[in-house]
Amino acid sequence: MYEKTLTQLAAALKSGEFSSRELTAHYLQRIEQADGKLNSFISVTAEQALKQAEVADNARAAGNAGPLAGIPLALKDIFCTQGVKTSCGSKMLDNFIAPYSATVVEKLNAAGTISLGKTNMDEFAMGSSNENSYYGPVKNPWDLTAVPGGSSGGSAAAVAAGLVPAAMGTDTGGSIRQPAAFCGITGLKPTYGRVSRFGIIAYASSLDQAGPMARSAEDCAHLLGVIAGHDGRDSTSVSRGVPDYVEGLNAPLSGLKIGLPKEYFGDGLAPDVEKAVREAVKVYESLGATVREVSLPHTHYAIPAYYVIAPAEASSNLSRYDGVRFGHRCDNPSDLIDLYTRSRAEGFGEEVKRRILIGTHTLSEGFFDAYYTKAQQVRRLIRQDFLDAFEDVDVLMGPASPTPAFDLGAKKDPVSMYLQDIYTIAVNLAGIPGISVPAGFAGGRPVGLQILGTHFAEAQLLNVAHQFQQATDWHLQRPAFAEEYA
Amino acid sequence: MALEESHVRRAAHLARLAVSDDQASGFVDDLSRILDMVDQLQSLDTEGVTPLAHPLDATQRLRADEVTETNQRDTFQRCAPAVENGLYLVPRVVE
Repeated sequence: MYEKTLTQLAAALKSGEFSSRELTAHYLQRIEQADGKLNSFISVTAEQALKQAEVADNARAAGNAGPLAGIPLALKDIFCTQGVKTSCGSKMLDNFIAPYSATVVEKLNAAGTISLGKTNMDEFAMGSSNENSYYGPVKNPWDLTAVPGGSSGGSAAAVAAGLVPAAMGTDTGGSIRQPAAFCGITGLKPTYGRVSRFGIIAYASSLDQAGPMARSAEDCAHLLGVIAGHDGRDSTSVSRGVPDYVEGLNAPLSGLKIGLPKEYFGDGLAPDVEKAVREAVKVYESLGATVREVSLPHTHYAIPAYYVIAPAEASSNLSRYDGVRFGHRCDNPSDLIDLYTRSRAEGFGEEVKRRILIGTHTLSEGFFDAYYTKAQQVRRLIRQDFLDAFEDVDVLMGPASPTPAFDLGAKKDPVSMYLQDIYTIAVNLAGIPGISVPAGFAGGRPVGLQILGTHFAEAQLLNVAHQFQQATDWHLQRPAFAEEYA
Repeated sequence: MALEESHVRRAAHLARLAVSDDQASGFVDDLSRILDMVDQLQSLDTEGVTPLAHPLDATQRLRADEVTETNQRDTFQRCAPAVENGLYLVPRVVE
């Protein structure tokens, strides 16, 4: 069953080929057998999953099942899930049982999908390799000595290994697209405001966005249709109708205008990654698209701007972890300041502390204008680059990451890790949507083609990605690891 | 803009984060490298550019001033480290 895409599984459930209970038990067994080697889950909620599956099977028997009823999924451990530990990959929240569910979780429940559990991630979504988790690093199923990418590395690895057909991730600077690329799956970051952030543990609130990670663009289209839409509980969620993302998947691409940002093919791009991406672009030409070079002149200012804006927002968002209302509390505090400072020092890991300190410093008196105001000005220039490019072309294409997955432990210096996100980070600053689709291999490790569109162009991105997946089979390839388990 | 240990100390104080002497010097190294990278921003002329806080230029929506939430204090306090009679307990602040 695990070989099937989510779309195929939905059809099989509908036709009665197997029940949701059988399907759920199958994936739970795979997790039990294989996840000791991957570490992709923080919590597995087997009992609840089997109960949900029974509800879905009963709904189907009664003729009340929606199209995705009974499909097992996994949730990055950043989505608050009522009654389930929601750790955000941090010791700080190791004891946190969420008292409510994120809107995304509520919508998935209402659609009848099953949650198998909560996936591993970089602590508070800060990282590009999943090595910053309190629960230990995740391994890449294509090569257990490689990272799966981050911060949604557990979700990506679990989908690639066939432990779950699809999973939810979040993306603040590339955290859906880069792990999707590293693990050879399809991952979509929607437009900022397309999906409610209510109940998603906040990292950088003007950048965070949730999206689906699955085997194919078609699978992502089904899932985005469920989770997108306005939510009164998130003041930044956008009041705008949700199109039928599946309906448009088969539109032909003749006349599609593709732009290749020249800054995305420069120094630092691994030659075999570039080769795979250029081959993919040729496939589009064969489908009737035209290709031209474009420029996003402020590309190289995106990482510096991000490392002011994101830590500034994080330092504010993470001030809520005070050891008083929830989360880790130190033993025997001598006074209130000792309670705050020691609870936070014990609860947060190194990278989280770095970002809190950077953010606090750049927002502090005497530094605010030079850093924060400046970064916000640059943010406008970066967004304008994209808006100008979309005057001339329909979509932009390039690599999702300058290299394939790197080895565990290879990047010890924080700045060298940050530079990995060169092709993904500007997208969050601009608020536009992006998708990474499998486009080949470099040294045996997957390469992701990133496709970008203008604000609210998700339907177009999914159409463009789906047509590529009709013409190629990179997205259907499986790591040998997945085949080792029945 | 060079980063001094006093800057790290000040940020740690403002962020209510306990930092030992050893850790402070490590943070000076790490944060200096990060800020060196960030300083590339200074080479860009942004004269007259309006700062962008929100990618869609949206403004805060208003809603009717109506009670929509019910009291769930007991539920929300279940994940608190220490509570008594519906109150959060912390070390004595006022003698």
